[in-house]
Order: sequence, then C-alpha cells, then structure tokens
Amino acid sequence: MKHEKYRAYVKRTPYLFLAPYLCLTCIFFVYPLISAFMLSFQQTNGPKSRAFVGLSNYSFVLTDPDFHKAVTNTAIYAVFSIFLQLPISLGLAMLLNAAKDKTKGFFRLIIFSPNLVGQIFVGVIFSVLFVPRYGLFNRFMQSLIYWGLENRWLENPTLVLPAIIITALWMYVGFNMIYFLAGLQSVDKSLIEAARIDGANPWQVFWNVTLPAIKPVATFVVVMSTIGSFQLFELPFALLKGEFGPSSSGLFIVSYLYSMAFRAGDLGTGAAVGWILTLIIMIISLAQIKLSGTLEEGK
Amino acid sequence: MNSIHTFLLVLAVLFAVLYAFQPKRPKIAFIYLRYIVLILIAALVLAPFFWLICAAFKDPDVLMKYTFLPPLTEWAKEINLSNFKELFKNQPSMEGDVYFWQYIINSLFLASITTIVQMFFSSMGGYALAKYDFRGKKMVMLFMLASMMIPGVVLLAPVYKLIVNIGLMDTYWALVLPGACSVFGMFLFRQAIVGIPNDLIEAGRIDGCSEFSIFMNLIMPLVRPMTGAFCLVTFLGSWNNFLGPQVYINAQSKLTLPVVLNQYVGVYANQYGVFLAGTLLAIIPPAILFFCLQKEFISGLSSGAVKG
Repeated sequence: MKHEKYRAYVKRTPYLFLAPYLCLTCIFFVYPLISAFMLSFQQTNGPKSRAFVGLSNYSFVLTDPDFHKAVTNTAIYAVFSIFLQLPISLGLAMLLNAAKDKTKGFFRLIIFSPNLVGQIFVGVIFSVLFVPRYGLFNRFMQSLIYWGLENRWLENPTLVLPAIIITALWMYVGFNMIYFLAGLQSVDKSLIEAARIDGANPWQVFWNVTLPAIKPVATFVVVMSTIGSFQLFELPFALLKGEFGPSSSGLFIVSYLYSMAFRAGDLGTGAAVGWILTLIIMIISLAQIKLSGTLEEGK
Repeated sequence: MNSIHTFLLVLAVLFAVLYAFQPKRPKIAFIYLRYIVLILIAALVLAPFFWLICAAFKDPDVLMKYTFLPPLTEWAKEINLSNFKELFKNQPSMEGDVYFWQYIINSLFLASITTIVQMFFSSMGGYALAKYDFRGKKMVMLFMLASMMIPGVVLLAPVYKLIVNIGLMDTYWALVLPGACSVFGMFLFRQAIVGIPNDLIEAGRIDGCSEFSIFMNLIMPLVRPMTGAFCLVTFLGSWNNFLGPQVYINAQSKLTLPVVLNQYVGVYANQYGVFLAGTLLAIIPPAILFFCLQKEFISGLSSGAVKG
C-alpha cells in the first residue's frame, strides 16, 4: 500500500516540476498569442478601448509607405549581415583556428567582447563615435583614406543605414565567429591533410572539404542571424536618439511596430505588424533551411 | 603620409622581407601575417572601449580636442572626475530627486532576481523532461519547440495589454513574470541532465530523498558549469533589456540603466561626457561576470550548435 502511494507520488512529480512553466506559458504565451490574433483585427486606442475592424489593420500596414521603407531597410540590413558580417566572421574563425590554444582563447575573448554590451549601450557609444569632425570613426577614416571627416553619419539619409551596418558589424562579428570556430574545431584534420596531399590548393580545400564539413553550423548561423536581423530595433533606436532617422532612413520593422503600438497607441496595428513579421521570418528561415538541404543532396 | 600609414607600411615591408629571405619556408611569413591581421582586428574591436574610458575621464571641455587621451603634461588639468560628479548629481523628477546610483541598484536587483527565478524554473522543467516518463511529455516538448519559432515581438502588444489589465504596470512583476521560465533554458538543462546516470536518482530514492531534494542536492551540483553559462546569458539579457522597462515602467525612480542612458542622450545633448561615463559604469558589471565565467560561457554557447 505504501509502495503504491509512493509510485503515485513519483508519477505526479514531473507535472509538479513542470507546473511553473505550464502556468506561465498559458498566461504569458498562449493567451497573448490568441489575443494578438484577435487584436490584429481590432482598432484600439490605448490598452482599454477597441472596436472590430476586420482586415483594415493589415491593409493599412501593407499600403503604408513607411512600412515599405521599414521592410526595405530591414531587408538591406539582413543582406549585409549575411553577406558581409558572416564571411568576415568565418574568415576570422579560420585565422584563429590555426593558432595555438592560448592565443586562440585570448583573441576569441577580445573579438567577442562587444557582445557583452547591450544594443542600447552600443548605440549610445556609437552615436558619439559617428559625430562629424570630432568623432572617432570620422577621424579614423580621415587618417586612413583622407575621406569622411565631415560625414554626418546619423543625419544624412544615405549614410544612416551604413552607420547601423558598421555598428552591427563591430558588435556581432565575434558572436558568429564563436560558432564558426566551434564548427571548424570539429572538422576532421586528416581529411584536410588528405586533400592537401592529393594536390588540392587551399581554395579548393576550403570549398570542398571545410565548407561542407561546417555546413550544419553555417546553416544554423545564417538562420539565427537572419532571424536576429529582422528583429533589429534597439541598436538603431539608441543610435538615432529615439528617432527613426531623417526621412525614415533608420526605420526597421520592429521600430515601426514600436512606434505604432506605443507612440501612436494603436495596439491593433502593432499586433498586425507582429504577425506580418512572423510570417516573413518563417518563410525566409524555412527557405534557407530547405536551400541548404537541397544543396547537400546535389553534392 | 601619417602615422597610421607609416605603421601599416612598416608591417607590410616586414612581411615582404620575411617572405623574401625565407623562400624555402614561406610559412613563417604567413604566420606573421596571420598574427598581424588578428592584432589589428583586435585593436579595432577594442578601440571604442578604450575611447569610452578616455572620454569618461576627460574634462568635458577637452572631450573633442583629443581623439583619445591628452598629452601627459596636461593630465593634471584635463583628466578628472567631473563627468562622474555631474552624473551622480540629483535629478529632479515627478517623484522627487533621483540619483544615478538608484538606477544601478535597480538594474542589479532586477537582473539578479530574473536570473535566479529563471534558473530555478527552467532547471526544474528541464529535469522533468530529462528524467521522467509521463503522459503528454512528447506534446509538451513539441509545443516548446513550436513556441520558440514565434518571434517575441508578436507578443509585445498583447502582453502589454495583459499587464495593464491585471494591474502590473509600473511594477517589476511585469518584467520578471513573463520570462520567468525560458524554453531555451529548459532545453539546455534537459540536454545537460539527460547524460546523468539514472542509478544516481534511484540511489537517492532508496536513501529516502524526496524527489525535490534529489533534484536540488544530487542533480543541480552536477550541472554546475551549464548553470553558470545559463545564468550569465540570463543576467546579460536582463541587464541589457531595454524594451521591457521602457514599455512597462513609468516611474523615473524605478527605471533601469539602458532606459535611463537612452534618456540621457537627449537630456545631456551637449555633454557627451556625462552619459558616456554612465555607459562605462553600465558595461562594467557584465564584463566582470563574463571574465569570471567565460570558459563555461563560450563552451555552453557553442556546444548546442555543433551537436545540432
């Protein structure tokens, strides 16, 4: 009898262990998710008043030129973070991978360090670094290539996006490098040796041995980096001092959501933007995963 | 021709010399090149930090005069703590005077509480998923995976509405509760605990430990490295969290550092030194934590990616 009771007790425990998660997820995930869905069909004015308006939130967002600007900016930023930031991260990881363990740890630590600093703090620091004439960045450019001393990075609409991309590069290059480095460390060294002996040049070794070997990690990094790029908000927000740049040049999808929901007080439109963003992210990451899969089969 | 150009030229010449004089072993020249590139990049990465430290201690009048530090002869006059003095001065607000140290304490308090709560709930959940078989386990795991696909910003508007409706606005509950149990953390803990042999748990049961004390006293000590890494990630996330306090907290005296420093960029529009000094203070605590836990952190960060 006692034994039976004990068995029942052990059977119940996992539910008790999971109870906090289950309760919290119901209140702060499932319920808001449903309410986000409802909310996106309602017009709200602050958190309390609302009226059902059908699809008009969606049609408003999809035809809003500001939203188009936000999508374009976000897409450009995402493209740069994949095709500029990731190759640099991979290059650094390969440089580091050949180094001795101690030096590896040392440089890894330094290059990773910007990641400890929150996006807001980075934005605050770089908003001064990009000051014309006196800012560190402009002075550096001036002494390196005699150009850019007077650039108004954060006031000139064409330079705002590059400034954000440069800042993000400084911040995230080390983060992605850590993943690539971990991937490279697990590559079988004898495979590379064998390719070398067979007369492959370093470029061929890279394309045909190293890259396929780190493909799972690379896919992971590309997908994570895309998802992160599409949710960019705090960095440009702080960099541009709480604004969205001249002629919306620093407006991103989440900035648009934020200004709709919390500045204009229109939670319904905010929810609609959230769903559109979710859809975009899901389509792109599925496409990336699929693409890397088919490439694999083709090889 | 300036100093940067001369420096780069000297490095290039050195490379050429090494390459030319060791034709049989070009390897040495390339090793040299690799370290030069790494050192230059490390310098570029560290430059903003060094600049920040200099800016915080420079006198406001000479902040823009020198790129980094003034010449040694001027140090007595131009290096001082006036930025910090200005920063720690009382700030009038709706609820009376607020001091900068208040924000530091708020941030520390909030990040610590968030970390402890999240670690506790996530490890409990992870343990249940790792070591028990129960009805609905598959469904819970599937649900967790699916919930990770939804970007957090979708929930921004509805959670805000919920927080307003249940009256948690302007309290720290609004910041701690929604993220009190992280799905990511549960998976991490599950991964770490799954490898622990079941015999240990059986032995604990035979010795009469309660299920909870098995978890607290037998399991948790064994996953300490993972716990360290997870705590660091959580602490950093909470310390750097901007959107939460920005949206849910109105009272000036309850704000945290990211929100306040973002404000200060506007308040001290012409006194860069003041908010730069504040930013310097804001990045020190995470840096200290990181240097204590960096080994666990980096291995914890990358282990999931390689296995997956």
